Amino acid sequence: MSDLLKNIIRFTFFILVQWFVLFKIPPLHRFIVPYIYYLFILWLPFYIPRFWLLVIGFLTGLSLDYFTQTPGLHAAACVLIAYIRPFIINILLPKDTSEFNYREPSPRTMGWTPYAVYVLILTLFHHSYMLLLEWLSFGDFITFAVKLIATTGISFLLIFTTELLFPRKMRYRTNTA
Amino acid sequence: MRNIFLFIGRYFTFFIFLVFQVLALSFLFRYNKYHHAVGLGMTNELTGWMNSKYANVDNYFHLKQESDRIHRINDSLINLLQSNFLNPDTATKFVQDSIPYDTLGHRRRYLWRDAEVVSNSVNSERNYIQINRGSKQGVKDNMGVLNSDLSLVGIVVNTSDNFSQVMSLLHVKNNVNAIMKKSGNAGTISWDGKNPLFLTMTGVPKSDSVVRGDTVLTGTYSLSFPPLKMIGRVASIVKDNSSNFYTLRIQTAANFQNLQHVFVVENLQSVEQEKLDKETRKKIDELKKPAR
Repeated sequence: MSDLLKNIIRFTFFILVQWFVLFKIPPLHRFIVPYIYYLFILWLPFYIPRFWLLVIGFLTGLSLDYFTQTPGLHAAACVLIAYIRPFIINILLPKDTSEFNYREPSPRTMGWTPYAVYVLILTLFHHSYMLLLEWLSFGDFITFAVKLIATTGISFLLIFTTELLFPRKMRYRTNTA
Repeated sequence: MRNIFLFIGRYFTFFIFLVFQVLALSFLFRYNKYHHAVGLGMTNELTGWMNSKYANVDNYFHLKQESDRIHRINDSLINLLQSNFLNPDTATKFVQDSIPYDTLGHRRRYLWRDAEVVSNSVNSERNYIQINRGSKQGVKDNMGVLNSDLSLVGIVVNTSDNFSQVMSLLHVKNNVNAIMKKSGNAGTISWDGKNPLFLTMTGVPKSDSVVRGDTVLTGTYSLSFPPLKMIGRVASIVKDNSSNFYTLRIQTAANFQNLQHVFVVENLQSVEQEKLDKETRKKIDELKKPAR
């Protein structure tokens, strides 16, 4: 299966799960909104040019926005994490090993700790930016922080459950292949 | 030009990022009611803030017109004051008028005109103020001049067609009738020619208990200016044991250094009063003659 086809399927899957499952379940608490759709951006292959990364991020956010009827909200957050993603990867990975040996970020290719840091940073960026845009103010800063932490926690939980349930098989690329 | 392209090329991703952010945010603020409202509110706040700053600066350029306007309005309002009218005892006069004030001017005692100071001095011994109203505008000698707070400033001593010369209170020849507000005791205001902030008041008997801060008003018997207008406050009492009268230093109520707008007040009945006074003297003189 080619990368393109695989990612199109993932894209559809994540958006549908996000809208028809995670947004439809009864709200757990006013501070907890489960988000997972942006895992699609986290899972994109290493070799995508940064320009296309931004385009894909924008389209991902916008497609969810058309479900939630809030044009621009998720798109802005997704563009932000799509922009930051290469920097984080550069910091966390030595340039000449995994990026060339594997196709996309995963616990197996990066190691659990760097991958967790990678997910955590992007999740925090995504949620804080989106919350800020949603409220257009910090409001009560405590409320903002608590909501940010709770939402990040639940996303973190969802992402790692996904990683454990659906371990992606990462082929080790060599020059000979 | 080449450098610009290099710059754009170097930060290409960042610019694309900005473009997408702006696009997303424009969607956000255009199509979401809440964000639309909040966005409009924020821009309103911002432009309002800038406008108020601008208006603050802009106001300075209109201060002159504004103060002129206020002075004109003050003039028209002061002319309406009840205290400008000397009402005869209506109990003896069975004429009812539907107009509360006699517009024909039969009973009006004081008429106010606004004027502007065109030149002024405080550092001579004989200080004069020149105002931009003259005989063509109805200003005559011996009219009182008050500042915009209605504190006494001086008396008109000479007029030309369009200007008048006012003898300031800060004039060594000035001699103004004044009373203490508390006791009503009369005295005379003069100036020693030294400090433009202080006048001298004499003639208040020592039976009056004067303390520092007492108010001094214009006297009730003057023909030039209306009674009970502010002149100043007692600043200190000069020790003088040889006299039965106080010598008081009065701090002026009007600030003579920055006079701009003034009122010229005309006593419409002064001619009649003066005539009566003159005729009475003549009459008494004639009465006395045969006795001699």
